[in-house]
Amino acid sequence: MMNLIQKLIGWVDERFPVIETWKSQMTEYYAPKNFNFWYFFGGLALLVLVIQILSGIFLTMNYKPDALFAFASVEYIMRDVQWGWLLRYIHSTGASMFFIVIYLHMFRGLMYGSYRKPRELLWIIGMIIYLALMGEAFMGYLLPWGQMSFWGAQVIVNLFASVPFVGHDLAILIRGDFVVSDTTLNRFFALHVIAIPLLLVAIIGAHLVALRQVGSNNPDGIEIKKNKDANGVPLDGVPFFPYMVIKDIVAVIAFLMVFVAIIFFAPDMGGYFLEYNNFVPANPMKTPEHIAPVWYFTPYYAILRAVPPLFGSQFPGVVAMGVATMIFFALPWLDRGKVKSIRYRGPIYKAFLAAFVVSFVGLGWLGLMPATETYTLISRILAVVYFAFFLLMPWYTKIDKCKPEPDRVTFK
Amino acid sequence: MNAIKKLWVLLMAVPAIAVASTEIHLDKAPVNLNDQASLQRGAKLFTSRCLACHSASYMRYNRLHDIGMSEEQIKKDLELPEDVKLGSTMQAAMDANSAKLAYGVAPPDLSVIARSRSADWLYTYMRNFHVDASRPSGWNNTTFPNVGMPFVLADLQGEQVLEVEKHEGHETKKLVLKTPGSLTPAEYDSAVGDLTNYLVFMGEPAKLVRHQLGWIVLAFLAILLVLTYALKKEIWKDIR
Repeated sequence: MMNLIQKLIGWVDERFPVIETWKSQMTEYYAPKNFNFWYFFGGLALLVLVIQILSGIFLTMNYKPDALFAFASVEYIMRDVQWGWLLRYIHSTGASMFFIVIYLHMFRGLMYGSYRKPRELLWIIGMIIYLALMGEAFMGYLLPWGQMSFWGAQVIVNLFASVPFVGHDLAILIRGDFVVSDTTLNRFFALHVIAIPLLLVAIIGAHLVALRQVGSNNPDGIEIKKNKDANGVPLDGVPFFPYMVIKDIVAVIAFLMVFVAIIFFAPDMGGYFLEYNNFVPANPMKTPEHIAPVWYFTPYYAILRAVPPLFGSQFPGVVAMGVATMIFFALPWLDRGKVKSIRYRGPIYKAFLAAFVVSFVGLGWLGLMPATETYTLISRILAVVYFAFFLLMPWYTKIDKCKPEPDRVTFK
Repeated sequence: MNAIKKLWVLLMAVPAIAVASTEIHLDKAPVNLNDQASLQRGAKLFTSRCLACHSASYMRYNRLHDIGMSEEQIKKDLELPEDVKLGSTMQAAMDANSAKLAYGVAPPDLSVIARSRSADWLYTYMRNFHVDASRPSGWNNTTFPNVGMPFVLADLQGEQVLEVEKHEGHETKKLVLKTPGSLTPAEYDSAVGDLTNYLVFMGEPAKLVRHQLGWIVLAFLAILLVLTYALKKEIWKDIR
């Protein structure tokens, strides 16, 4: 029997590099042994991607991308499809969990300087994934065809209409109609289930290729490849299999417990994961009093509203919102600190990072609220803090007093 | 650092402002999905009163099995007409166009009303109708001002009037029961509680099973977590 299996592996290996791939990517790929809590989120993001694709396939089998039937087909899934409610909650919770995981993953990068040389491309590819994910989530949110789906899409597409000269045509190009309609629903469905997922899988693949090339950063922000033994194995590295794999499995189960708790006990998360108004079918004749995007877009939405209109045009706000999302791309070149990790940074960087977190969370909360005078004022202050974190970075990272980095990683 | 402190103070102040601006007070609805008798009473009230004008077009009659009603009970207790099949969805007796002509707006479908409005809102709304001669229906509502719907539970609750008292420039509005209905106020609250309970069930029938299932899945994962953590400890014990 063993002989037969070995023969089979040999047969395949002659034609496809199974053993070599397993070795180079798993048993002989070395990851820093000092990974902490923050290093779980990359793997978890991959897990959520798989969950979303699988649950999405089954939802697609029962969903109808038609303005007349979309809302009813979602209720059909919730009531008449076997385990349909579970599939739907997995998918809707998965969307929010995807962003929680990605935001924590990005924050890890900020803390430990994971975007610094030699990982600039890794960071940029990651940012492209983030943008694609926002597109994916935005288009998916139209599909239930509730009031918030419809009016959220209407508001966001109208942002493009504020672009000077071409805006009007651009908005029509996106909607395929003069208003959000059945045509829009059909094209968003196509983009949500085919185009963007394909793109996502491809760029996530590129993200992993780039990661394998440069290796992971770690909480100390020093390169483990600098200290190798006689065989060229990093002294502070452990083989990805089994060490990192088992560690990640523990994290996956802990994460699933949170995920499952939300699915079974609070799938609408108090109106944040599933908005209450989205249980009212889309009605183009009736604008809701208060339109708020889903929570993961609200920091940018708050920035959009914080910027005062110019000559009656919302365009400056749209530009500010665009810049707020894109500015992460420049991070590798804005940071001039001598060290990568927050562990060895001085107090100024720590203060700025803390202020940035406060501004991001604060803006996220404000984006959910109606734009009253007080809220707009606070949004403006926080928007300035948000941009200051990036724009002042070349200055404050340079003057900051860093501590010396250790030669070897800290482990226990 | 000082700037951050100031920001924190500002942020802490925000929820206080938000709380201050909420206007309509909602009473807590006595929702208990384990109370089958209450759900069944609610179903009866729903089909006899609400279904005259409103539909629940995603809800099938046979889904009432989930709250312990047999085929016989569904047919008899709810007085289903002969031609209505158990597998069909709940349709309004009145068609939407005539209803729109009569009340000015088409009565909304109520399948998921508890999810969009919340149980507390429904419970408060159905207890806050009052007589108002200026309205075409003769009724108004303090939770939903100028609502098109007439008060179809008036024979049960009786007639309330809105009394406005002025105290040093302050206006306090109070609903007072002028003509009693066939139920006492406590009985009426309890009946509306049953109806709200039913609407919550109808908004998401899966809610009946998902809590129980959730505990089983969590227990399974908890055991798995302990085992994999032990395995992780074992594998990592040589790494220093």
